[in-house]
Amino acid sequence: MAAIENTSAAKPAATRPNWLVRDLVGLAVILAVAAIGYFLFPNNLALLTRILGVALLVLSIDLVTGFCGVATLGHAALFGAGAYASGIAAVHFGITDPLLMVVVGAIGGALAGIVSGAVILRGHGLAQLVLSIAVVHLFHEAANKASAYTGGSDGLSGISPDPIFGMFAFDLWGRTAYGFAVALVAIAFVVLRLITRSPFGMLCRGIKEDPIRIRAMGASVQGTLLKMYVISGAVAGVGGALNAISTQVVGLDSLSFTLSAEALVMLVLGGTGSLYGALIGTVSFMWFEDFVSAANPFHWLTIVGALLIAVVLFAPRGLYGSAQTLLDRFRGDGK
Amino acid sequence: MSAVFQVENLKKSFGGLAVTQDVSITMNPGDRVALIGPNGAGKTTFVNLVTGHLEPDSGKVMLGGNDVTSLGPTPRVRQGLVRSFQVTRLFPDMTPEEHLALAVMQRTGRTGRIFGHYHSMPDVMAEVAELLRTLGLDHIATRKVSEIAYGQQRLLEIALALALKPKVLLLDEPAAGVPQSDTPRIEAALAGLPSDLAVLMIEHDMDLVFRFAKRVIVLAAGAIIFDGSPEDVTKDARVREAYLGSYANDRSAA
Ligand SMILES: Nc1ncnc2c1ncn2[C@@H]1O[C@H](COP(=O)(O)OP(=O)(O)OP(=O)(O)O)[C@@H](O)[C@H]1O
Ligand SMILES: [Mg+2]
Repeated sequence: MAAIENTSAAKPAATRPNWLVRDLVGLAVILAVAAIGYFLFPNNLALLTRILGVALLVLSIDLVTGFCGVATLGHAALFGAGAYASGIAAVHFGITDPLLMVVVGAIGGALAGIVSGAVILRGHGLAQLVLSIAVVHLFHEAANKASAYTGGSDGLSGISPDPIFGMFAFDLWGRTAYGFAVALVAIAFVVLRLITRSPFGMLCRGIKEDPIRIRAMGASVQGTLLKMYVISGAVAGVGGALNAISTQVVGLDSLSFTLSAEALVMLVLGGTGSLYGALIGTVSFMWFEDFVSAANPFHWLTIVGALLIAVVLFAPRGLYGSAQTLLDRFRGDGK
Repeated sequence: MSAVFQVENLKKSFGGLAVTQDVSITMNPGDRVALIGPNGAGKTTFVNLVTGHLEPDSGKVMLGGNDVTSLGPTPRVRQGLVRSFQVTRLFPDMTPEEHLALAVMQRTGRTGRIFGHYHSMPDVMAEVAELLRTLGLDHIATRKVSEIAYGQQRLLEIALALALKPKVLLLDEPAAGVPQSDTPRIEAALAGLPSDLAVLMIEHDMDLVFRFAKRVIVLAAGAIIFDGSPEDVTKDARVREAYLGSYANDRSAA
């Protein structure tokens, strides 16, 4: 008995550094891959920056879909809300400090998260999916109609952000923008890892696995999900703001159903519920799309489609999830 | 003594089938009640109705003098009405330790925190360790629930209810599916319940019922046919008839 008590008391001390170390390794890998990208594709930094902006959107979908089990095909509404919020702040209100623009984007995304969450969470399953599609169309239409602010279908242009900290100006090659993007994604990743492991994160996982049990424990399912939607909106909004800052325009495509659907595909490709899968899925999908569309401009969509079918059929848990399963099996055999 | 739990004239039908017929039960702090009855008598439905998982057609549910009939399950739990499930409802990807930590944090209002971890909450860790020890789950505390035996999942189901520190506890067949070797653990956990807690236990194992209950309620076809002491229940003609009927049905079905 005493021996059992000893091991169970020692456990937390042993497991805690374990996940801390793992997250630090994860962060180091992200930064290393970012650095490799910088040196391998110095003429393609604009694409890499765009990938990182979308990666924030895909991370934010992972929060509600991977961790809470909410299906959505309308998450670009939150991304686009962030992009327009920071773009409008810059063009119409003279808020051109990039850090402030990111904050405005996060707030815009969070507000959009409250609105769309309040609608989408009323439904379940298929109804939820349909509501999410309706929401992104409504956001799209609203941005189109409010052309005095958004530039309508011409897009919102004339965004010229100040240098970061007054020192690092956004250059023609996109070096500053890339560094800024890497920093935002790295910070978001660390913060989200902490959130998903927090008491609140545990509650979300519980809701995904059995909402009836969660209610029987006295917790509110709707309130918790809405809160996650707000956090998710802030993350997507940061992605949108990053996109506005780095490209200096915001178009209606940032609020589109197409972007929503593609982002969900990227998440499924990488694997849900780990955050790593979201990053891996975004990078592989967008890199592959860019590579294939350049190599074969006529059939690239067919090739991307075929790749997706292959992944969903042969690696249903996504690239990261399947790799992890393989690794676990390998380790299990080794024992 | 004032009633902590009061159900008045509860009624529910599914289609044409009256599953709960005018059921009234009052419980005081410290009560140990067994709710028994043949399969399909409406025992689980009764629990679903009073906890707010199902909506009654009519009737009233009161908790500590407050009418909670119009409330959902969540606020009822917060007022101290806690249940366990006949068919285990747990999170397959979480460990027993995580289940209990989540329950304790929920009870103490900490599940809204978006930073931090229960490992760094000494009071949560201590309470979880205590619950795990009481139900003999400490050696599998950090295994995923999907990897532990069903009997152990049943024990965790009870631990989870206890972690919420209820005022009224409704246990739906806590010993069902638990191997004979583990039933003493359940009995020990039941015996160790706070003396002012009101407990209603649904159970088919009559030995367990007689050891635990000071009062037995018998439900048959949705209606209460007996409410009295354990000594009298076996002598009651209607109870015997209801049970004999069900045994006869079981035989012919088998
Ligand atoms: N949601 C539902 N819809 C329709 N009928 C239901 C529903 N839930 C239960 N019933 C029916 O109500 C009756 C009572 O079921 P209940 O589960 O309450 O019985 P029980 O006393 O708990 O039985 P057991 O001892 O087998 O657990 C059964 O005939 C069952 O088929
Ligand atoms: Mg039942």
